Amino acid sequence: MAILDVNKLSISFGGLHAVDGFTVSIEKGELYGLIGPNGAGKTTVFNLLTGVYKPTEGIVRLDGQDITGKNTIEINRAGIARTFQNIRLFKDMPVLDNVKTGFHNRYRYSTLTGILRLPRMHQVENTLNERSMEILKVFGLDKEADVLAGNLPYGKQRKLEIARALATEPKLLLLDEPAAGMNPNETSELMDTIRFVRDHFDMTILLIEHDMKLVSGICEKLSVLNFGRLLAQGETAEVLSNPEVIAAYLGQ
Amino acid sequence: MNTDIVKKIKNRRLRSKLITYLIVIVFYVVVQILINTGNLSSLLTGLLVPICVYVIAAVSLNLVVGISGELSLGHAGFMCVGAYTSAFLSNVVGSALPETLRFILAILTGAVFAGLFGLLIGIPVLRLKGDYLAIVTLAFGEIIKNLMNVVYVGIDSKGLHVSTTSAMDLHLEPTGKQIIKGALGISGTPKNSNFTIGVILILLTLFIVQNLIDSRSGRAVMAARDNRIAAESIGIPVTKFKLLAFAVSAALAGVAGVLYSHNLATLNTKKFDYNTSILVLVFVVLGGIGNIRGSMIAAVILTALPEMLRFLSNYRMLIYAIVLIVMMLFNWAPAAREWRERVLSRLPFGRRKAVGKEEV
Repeated sequence: MAILDVNKLSISFGGLHAVDGFTVSIEKGELYGLIGPNGAGKTTVFNLLTGVYKPTEGIVRLDGQDITGKNTIEINRAGIARTFQNIRLFKDMPVLDNVKTGFHNRYRYSTLTGILRLPRMHQVENTLNERSMEILKVFGLDKEADVLAGNLPYGKQRKLEIARALATEPKLLLLDEPAAGMNPNETSELMDTIRFVRDHFDMTILLIEHDMKLVSGICEKLSVLNFGRLLAQGETAEVLSNPEVIAAYLGQ
Repeated sequence: MNTDIVKKIKNRRLRSKLITYLIVIVFYVVVQILINTGNLSSLLTGLLVPICVYVIAAVSLNLVVGISGELSLGHAGFMCVGAYTSAFLSNVVGSALPETLRFILAILTGAVFAGLFGLLIGIPVLRLKGDYLAIVTLAFGEIIKNLMNVVYVGIDSKGLHVSTTSAMDLHLEPTGKQIIKGALGISGTPKNSNFTIGVILILLTLFIVQNLIDSRSGRAVMAARDNRIAAESIGIPVTKFKLLAFAVSAALAGVAGVLYSHNLATLNTKKFDYNTSILVLVFVVLGGIGNIRGSMIAAVILTALPEMLRFLSNYRMLIYAIVLIVMMLFNWAPAAREWRERVLSRLPFGRRKAVGKEEV
């Protein structure tokens, strides 16, 4: 069964159909790409999936559960985590705490337990530190655990955002232009990391990307959006050789 | 190794907390020595409890302004609630309970009522952001003050009587006792506050605030401050945690109010106007937004300064203003910060604050 099942998802702002009838089905463990020209509605799809916007039409099912119209917090708890096109880290907090905050709903203790420093708090904090360092290690950030997130170099900030999203233990991970602003070396390193995340965490990943090397390199399936509508969908190689896609997005 | 860096972070935070407690304790010991050797003027001795009041107020406001990142200008309002409810309780209970127990009860009452007010006001107010939030909190602070100004409460054998017009309208029995007398406030509150209790309450406030910051809830509050959208995207109920910080801060401001009201024979609302809110905010900004220790030190210096400058008579406020500006520059001007870090790193025992490392 599909992890994510989206049926005829639409939203209009005034008269503008930003997303019109977006339909997709993503299987567990798939690496799925969402591409299209600027302004095609890719990030709007992400915002619809994560509850930032409420769809005017359509249904979103995550692992069989209807999550249409739920708010961001509920949707994250249901199992969708994301990163942002313009990086959004907790920049005045250390790298380690950024990831620990990601575990907010997974490892709990009450405010009072925290203030009174009860044994349970130490127990949970130890687990949190351990698990967070594990994730940081995957991204090669473990040595910088005590650096403020805002002071990390750009590429590492992107990685930390993915690490934080993974800490919420999602079923589906949405990456919004993970390679934006990266040089070719960093991009190929990122491709390895994304593949590793998929295999290691048994994750399903949907990503928006403009870097065609990354898209053709790691995505197994693609959807192409143009003016809010689906232009093409299917296996990566097939989609990228589609004449309509070439005309609208890739160019000759 | 992995665990080393975690241990390093843990130890650094623990050390930072202990240093804060230590500063308070050393301050207490030094003042006690000065008092016992007769080296503290009676004016300054009289300022000791107000200093404690302002330190608690500043530390608690820093929880909202620095940690939660919301500008609140109504802090005096919560102090007012704490002061009035606790003074009311102490007057009603009178000598029915032993003094210590009554004062502990008064502190709890002040904290609980101020916290409840914080919660009540926070629910509508925290929907706003930035300047709007500041203006509305300012208004709520004034509303609380003006409300207290017109309330008359008395007690007799039939129970409590409340009026908002005049003392006559309470219709008390001849044996009844009028407790809150409108603009005249509350008089005859037992003088339970002293410097030692003030310092204990400061330590308690620091314990609550510092431990809250360094916990799951504290991280959620700071995450919501740094990036609201990202915090929601990882499932943190932002409003709930902003409200938590606001209510805890209000409750602690209430404790400051309790300390204040039990230090005076007569309590009225004059002291709880927006000037006090701004003053407390000045302590927070001057000491460093989010820097608990700094707001504490700023509160002590700026409360004691006008008295210590008394010998300058007319130039007193001028010097006060200059000190304010110099402190602000010293704390915040980039050149001054660089210079400070250079000097600190040269000291053998100095904190080597590598650029970009966490500052607690």
